[in-house]
Amino acid sequence: MKTVTIQLGTLTCPSCVLKIENAVKSLDGVEKESVKVLFNSSKAKFDFDGKKLSVEDAEKAITALGYEVKKSQVKAK
Amino acid sequence: MQRFILSKKNHITLVSAILIVIGFTSELGFKNEAVAVWTLVIASVLGVMPIAIQAYQALKVKVISIDVLVTIAVIGAFFIRNFEESAIVTFLFLFGAYLEQRTLNKTRSAIKELTEMAPESALKQMPNGEFEEVDVDEVDIGDILLVKTGAKIPVDGTVLSGEGSINEASINGESLPVSKEKGGAVYAGTILDNGTLQIAADRVGEDTTFGKIIELVEEAQDSKSEAERFIDRFSKYYTPAVLLLGIVVWAFSRNLELAITILVLGCPGALVIGVPVSNVAGIGNGARHGVLLKGSEVINDFSRLDTIVFDKTGTLTVGNPSVAEKKYYGDHIDEALGYLASIERESDHPLAKAVLEEIGETTLSSVESTEVVKGGGITATVDGHRIAVGNVALMERENIALSEQAKADIASFEQSGNSLVLTAVDGELKILMGIRDQIRPGVKEDLQRLKKLGVKNLVMLSGDNQGTVDMVSRELSLTEAYGNMLPEDKSAYIKKLIDEEGQIVAFVGDGVNDSPSLALAHIGIAMGSGTDVAIETSDVVLMNSDFSRLPHALGLTKATARNMKQNIVIAVGVVLVLLSAVFFSEWMNMSIGMLVHEASILVVILNGMRLLRYKLR
Repeated sequence: MKTVTIQLGTLTCPSCVLKIENAVKSLDGVEKESVKVLFNSSKAKFDFDGKKLSVEDAEKAITALGYEVKKSQVKAK
Repeated sequence: MQRFILSKKNHITLVSAILIVIGFTSELGFKNEAVAVWTLVIASVLGVMPIAIQAYQALKVKVISIDVLVTIAVIGAFFIRNFEESAIVTFLFLFGAYLEQRTLNKTRSAIKELTEMAPESALKQMPNGEFEEVDVDEVDIGDILLVKTGAKIPVDGTVLSGEGSINEASINGESLPVSKEKGGAVYAGTILDNGTLQIAADRVGEDTTFGKIIELVEEAQDSKSEAERFIDRFSKYYTPAVLLLGIVVWAFSRNLELAITILVLGCPGALVIGVPVSNVAGIGNGARHGVLLKGSEVINDFSRLDTIVFDKTGTLTVGNPSVAEKKYYGDHIDEALGYLASIERESDHPLAKAVLEEIGETTLSSVESTEVVKGGGITATVDGHRIAVGNVALMERENIALSEQAKADIASFEQSGNSLVLTAVDGELKILMGIRDQIRPGVKEDLQRLKKLGVKNLVMLSGDNQGTVDMVSRELSLTEAYGNMLPEDKSAYIKKLIDEEGQIVAFVGDGVNDSPSLALAHIGIAMGSGTDVAIETSDVVLMNSDFSRLPHALGLTKATARNMKQNIVIAVGVVLVLLSAVFFSEWMNMSIGMLVHEASILVVILNGMRLLRYKLR
């Protein structure tokens, strides 16, 4: 299990948070309970299974929604 | 393609504004219907594109967002051929979003300033001995780093060689540089003002003190109170409910215009953004002023504080006893001081340290035939003189006559809560010192400020004897003060306040032995100088354990809580007024609704921004 923190472009509407949350949760290999999208610091944090999902896939899912991904940091748990 | 359109959102907004102006001038000025209709149609289509894309993306992940409502409303307006409305609504929505982003960035600026102080690169020693610049993420514990003048210290570490002075304002708010040499501890995020250092990395990244501060603040600004979670749940169902309401109205009245107007008016904008905006601005202000607030629950509790319970030693008082008053009798005082220092140097009594600090540099002599008198003091022979150092009882035992003046001094010293150290040379009293733990400078004024801000009770609990406690209490005009308290007595007292009297209680104490009380109180504030402990255990962290920031913290949380309430009132009020206007008045339409909505969002953001400038008068 790994933890990733993705720095996003500035989030402006709280409904963006909901969108990103749902999109990330729907990815295979993501620990659903761990998904946290921080509105003010514009970050997404979640735990995932490195065998099922790569960070790039998660980034792609977010950019597909129209949000900018600035930087990702992965930590082994 | 989708991303291209979204990235050009600001351009689209501008173009659509120009088209709208052209449209209206040709209609009103030149009575040219055809041109007017076409420009407005183009403006609408152009404007609705980014909104529709966002709506589509939201629907894909099963979210009915504001974009969905607006998109349907604009398509509806097309159906009834109301191109003016569709053009203006899309423009206002886009322009509003642009302004929101700009102003939101402002409210977040204070915290951003903090996170931007995080070090990004480091000069790391490579296997070949050379130093190379690497990203700070690539530094591991044990690595050897070189820090040059003007650079940020990249990690928490220990100085291996070199010396320099460091500005540690980023972690403790202290702007005076501290000089460091071999063996000294350095902290990530602090700046080397001059000199060059080689350091070994002890803690890196998020584990450094600075990393913890940043993480704390970032988590805090997005932590949610019960009320906010309620709003979140509410808005999740609110938007679909508005959509449903629109459909129902349309189904029954067959009035498409009314239905789409409801969609626009029902947008929840200001409600969902109002509270987070106050929160982030309040926490940002605190971060700038050396007060870290751990989240909006803390803000809520702190703002409604009834009672603050203080530990005495190290919190209200400095923590290490020092000589507060002294008197000399007769002559040859310098010699007497030398004898006193010579004797105290060999003692590990707590008062001895205070005496030595007071005397400072002096000539020391060798001490012979030392005798410790239990409950009295010490007698010894120094340079052939018989010296007695201790309390009044010792002086009596040694048959030392005390003058009337000395007796009066002793009485007055005792009255002010001092422990006494008398020194007699060859049977004659020479020195009288009164030693006590002194009250922190400025604490009295700070406590008064707290009272003025509406704290009802200021209570002090201490392990010290009741006499000393009463003394401090009187000087600081506290509400209540109890001595002889063990840590468990303190936590029992706090439990009683909370459970039986229903008060909201903050506890201020040192982070180590008062941790039960810190955990039990609604708000725990640790004063320990060990920054790590203070950060972990406190709900409110005062940088550098600076007591004087407490009034600012209280005032700020009050202002922030007030600000949140104002924003909720504004947001709810606007929705109520708009919805009642659409049913009961003639003048309400989509454009006005959108205008009022966007305006209300800006109002709550601007209102939140006021907190950034908050200062305790």
